[in-house]
Amino acid sequence: MGIQTVAVYSDADRHALHVALADEAYHIGPAASHLSYLNQQTITKVSKMAGVQAIHPGYGFLSENVEFAGLCEKEGLTFIGPPASAIRDMGIKSTSKQIMAAADVPVILGYHGDDQSEERLLSEAEKIGFPVMIKAVRGGGGKGMRVAMDRDTFLQQLTSAKTEAQKSFGDQVMLVEKFVETPRHVEVQVFGDHHGNYVYLFERDCSVQRRHQKIIEEAPAPGLTEQTRQAIGEAAVRAARAVNYVGAGTVEFIVDSEQRFYFMEMNTRLQVEHPVTEMITGTDLVEWQIRVAAGEELPIKHQEDLRLSGHAFEARIYAEDPDNDFMPGAGPLVYLSTPEPNEHVRIETGVRQGDEVSVHYDPMIAKLVVWSTDRSAALRKLRSALRQYNIVGLNTNIRFLDNLAGHDAFRSGDVHTGFIGQHYDDLFPKKELSDITLCHAAMAIVLAEHDQVMRAAANSKDPFSPFAVGCGVRVNDLYQRQLKLRDGDKELTVSVDYCHDGSFIVSHCGATYQVEASLDSDQTGCKWLTCRIDGVQQKVKVVSIGNSLNIFARDASYQLEVSEPDFVSASHGVTSSGGAVAPMPGVIEKVTASVGQAVEEGDPLLVMIAMKMEYVIRAPMAGVIKDVPYKVGDTVNKGAALVQFEE
Amino acid sequence: MLHIHRTIARHLKHAGKTVSALYHTDDMAAIGSHVDIHSSDYKENYETMKNLVADLKSTVGTITQGGGEKAIQKHLSRGKLLPRQRIDNLIDPGSPFLELSQLAGYKLYGKDHVPAGGIITGIGRVSGVECLVIANDATVKGGTYYPITVKKHLRAQEIAQQNRLPCIYLVDSGGANLPHQDKIFPDKEHFGRIFYNQAVMSSMGIPQIAVVMGSCTAGGAYVPAMADESIIVKEQGTIFLAGPPLVKAATGEEVSAEELGGAAMHCGTSGVTDYFALDDQHALHLARRVVSNLNYIKTPSVKITAPEDPLYPADELYGIVGGNLKKTYDAREVIARIVDGSRFDEFKARFGETLVTGFARLWGYPIGILANNGVLFSESSQKAAHFIELCCQRGIPLLFLQNITGFMVGREAEAGGIAKHGAKMVSAVACANVPKFTVIIGGSYGAGNYGMCGRAYSPRFLYQWPNARISVMGGEQAANVLVTVQSQQRQRDSRQLSAEEERNIRDPILEKYEREGHPYYSSARLWDDGVIDPVDTRMVLGLSLSTTMNAPLEPAKFGVFRM
Repeated sequence: MGIQTVAVYSDADRHALHVALADEAYHIGPAASHLSYLNQQTITKVSKMAGVQAIHPGYGFLSENVEFAGLCEKEGLTFIGPPASAIRDMGIKSTSKQIMAAADVPVILGYHGDDQSEERLLSEAEKIGFPVMIKAVRGGGGKGMRVAMDRDTFLQQLTSAKTEAQKSFGDQVMLVEKFVETPRHVEVQVFGDHHGNYVYLFERDCSVQRRHQKIIEEAPAPGLTEQTRQAIGEAAVRAARAVNYVGAGTVEFIVDSEQRFYFMEMNTRLQVEHPVTEMITGTDLVEWQIRVAAGEELPIKHQEDLRLSGHAFEARIYAEDPDNDFMPGAGPLVYLSTPEPNEHVRIETGVRQGDEVSVHYDPMIAKLVVWSTDRSAALRKLRSALRQYNIVGLNTNIRFLDNLAGHDAFRSGDVHTGFIGQHYDDLFPKKELSDITLCHAAMAIVLAEHDQVMRAAANSKDPFSPFAVGCGVRVNDLYQRQLKLRDGDKELTVSVDYCHDGSFIVSHCGATYQVEASLDSDQTGCKWLTCRIDGVQQKVKVVSIGNSLNIFARDASYQLEVSEPDFVSASHGVTSSGGAVAPMPGVIEKVTASVGQAVEEGDPLLVMIAMKMEYVIRAPMAGVIKDVPYKVGDTVNKGAALVQFEE
Repeated sequence: MLHIHRTIARHLKHAGKTVSALYHTDDMAAIGSHVDIHSSDYKENYETMKNLVADLKSTVGTITQGGGEKAIQKHLSRGKLLPRQRIDNLIDPGSPFLELSQLAGYKLYGKDHVPAGGIITGIGRVSGVECLVIANDATVKGGTYYPITVKKHLRAQEIAQQNRLPCIYLVDSGGANLPHQDKIFPDKEHFGRIFYNQAVMSSMGIPQIAVVMGSCTAGGAYVPAMADESIIVKEQGTIFLAGPPLVKAATGEEVSAEELGGAAMHCGTSGVTDYFALDDQHALHLARRVVSNLNYIKTPSVKITAPEDPLYPADELYGIVGGNLKKTYDAREVIARIVDGSRFDEFKARFGETLVTGFARLWGYPIGILANNGVLFSESSQKAAHFIELCCQRGIPLLFLQNITGFMVGREAEAGGIAKHGAKMVSAVACANVPKFTVIIGGSYGAGNYGMCGRAYSPRFLYQWPNARISVMGGEQAANVLVTVQSQQRQRDSRQLSAEEERNIRDPILEKYEREGHPYYSSARLWDDGVIDPVDTRMVLGLSLSTTMNAPLEPAKFGVFRM
């Protein structure tokens, strides 16, 4: 579009991709977002310094902040988003529902009153009927939101929601509403301009969620009838019109099994999942935003000119551990390779190989967006792309997303917000380490060693010596060796025999396999292991980093550790036992333990914040505290010894 | 272009010359032929050799088990690795180990089994450097030195010295085997020579590294003490001139082995050892680090090309050679299954045809080959001397493929000067100082053994195939000679030798020659560096060649050739 771009960044993002891509970039403060990305004064000051005309607030941070939109208006900067009044109207959920009801948009039963006493909230909940949803009025993104299934758990959930809301938004006003069981989350993309034109760009289904956050989105919503599609789209436009909305907005609805829909809220910004809409409508919504902000008319202003074409999916790839309740993670992206992007496969990411997923912000690594002519073709494409998305260095949800996209119920479009809970056992198949994977691991180790010996020889004056080329040659004998691997906590011993013809016999627990294998590197330096095991050939990708060996096969990925000899750990001289360790990277929030203090097993020692969630670190045993090396505000890595005990 | 080549080739043919390759091409011509693998001879030969190889492997398989289940369990229970495991962990992961003389000590001490002579020796790459490894096997008689142990240790050191290989001693030995002291202690090639060699090699700049993984008592204490650098394993390795019982007897002092000569004492107080290892693995890791820090650079003095596999399968050697030494075959068929691309530039193909000579490459290294294709005549001997001189002049290693009954005998041969011509060959072989390799692929008899670089002619490595036989002459010839001598004596007494008397002379000789000529008998006494499967010949020679490339070539000097 010929527009020059200026980026802002915090300490943590000094080397981030958005900084590299911008024409200019300005440093706005330390990693903590309230001192940088949420610091409105600094941002406007920098904008003036850079001679900026308009600010695009992105998806999070200040994108729905009334004060900031107002500040921009005051400072003469164009805020690429709706007017401050529209943000305000839609930002307070109780207000927004009243406006919607008045505009003939269906809303759901609920209590949005000012009386926030526990008794009142509880009686309102009973009036609505359990189960109910407790939500922070100023909340969003699943923060400060709890479901109370019955009267008994209501107060507990209320307290929990309030604490979280206080931490996240500095406000704990709650609303209570009917909790629709097996509801679908369907949202409509709307757009308005300064000339009174409104269109809807069809709906997205974002029903499948974990921790009340979206992980997979699609457009259009599967199974929606044309009548519903039109009705929900028109309702969304009415909603936008009611608040004189300008720019991109999303009107979220709950849809029940009868395709009845109820207004939930309006997101007054462009959403993370907007690419699926772009894919099915052939539009560029950011371009629309900028044109609208510049005072132009909508590029397509007549609803009948918008056509829905094909089907698109977006999968959000997160640094998190699905097997551990989707615990967010952080750390280096030691190895990262993605499917080849093209017209129908989009990868939107802010990170590259070698970058850190920081503890300070959202642990999303990338959005993978695919399009095809129909839903099942798009789903196949999604799964294939997910399998080509290989990451080493931290836990990700990639394999989980693949399981999800392959689930029969998902394939048939039977989605709702409780999907993951309902199909939990199918979606978390027990990871079985197969002997085939062990063969792959053994061959990867053996051939990588051989490769290394050969490469060293190639640089010598005697490059072809059979001492380098020969593999495991023993005179009148077969070389047999034991490889020690670790699968989580499990120690495994795999035996490898080097046959004279260059093949191998791999044995594990009494089972024996005849294996031929070769290891090749492609242009990107990626290692591919071709393995023929008892006559069946398979090609897998191998990434080994330090002691970790990652095997990416067609149907699964697996990580194993190569055991170090005893002397390596012994010569480090330290063991992590006898202390409390950080379960994940994070920031120390509170320290309750003190040096010399005697504690019982299970006593809280300190509190960590990671990914905006609290973790209480408890004493692993009774004892006397010798040292607490960290103080409040310190950033700690996973596995850091937080408290040391007297021997 | 091709057309022109064809024309030239036709021209040359018309001129009565054989051309084996197109004019202008630099490629050597391939030799050998596709043998008839369905012929009954081939099948019979194949079967015979296969059985010989199977016997070799099962014999070696027993030997590599070491000193028996009980001793092994005791060894392992102390947290120690077995000697072959130590070597596997010492050398570069998954790299070859050229183990030498596995049959040393085989049936040598009657009921006393000393598998592999109680010591494992061989060559392997450590941190990319080819090293000579000598590892005591403490499961065999506590790692004590039998006469054959000493001999094997010294032979390994000889190889190290000739080829300039750093030596790594994995020491775990109770020292001299006392009942055999007269055969291991006093002579020149006895125990003392081990330390002499260490000192001399160190003076030549050949690194000496000791890893003390068990006891190092009395004389054995000098192995680490005389090493350039030494490593010792905590609570396993001990070094002392006299152990606790002897100390108590001598001075009354009561002291534990660990206090007297353990790792902590030697690394911390005496300074006899330099590196303190927590366990075997750690010690071997440290040894690899020591080698990494040697700054040892291998500089081959030959032109190396990329290796090529032979055109024919190696196991066809079984069917070609077989087990019957009286059957003849063309030695070129053997060469074709050993050398790169089966390519061979034959030298003097039409002269002295009972000896095949020529140039080839083996694992990319150049090599001059001499292979017997019958008895040695004067011409064959002259040709050999000529060819050896060529190779020495050019710095090309020599390979002798021995299958020889001897030099031609008889009036004509003697009159033709076979003695002086044979002497020329023997003299050339003796003085040739390029690396020499000998493989006895059949018979090795009499002066043929000398001319074809037998043990006495110091080949860098000498191997035998399991079908080989080695003796001063064939058993039948020896028996015939003795029968003839006896019957001549009888004739002087005007008596005839009865058939039974003749049998009584002949049979024990035949039996003795068969037994003593057997390659296991030979290998047990270290007359060679190992008995190998014919299929492995190419690999074993490649590793051996690579080993010799560590030493620089010295200019050749020959003695007086009697013309």
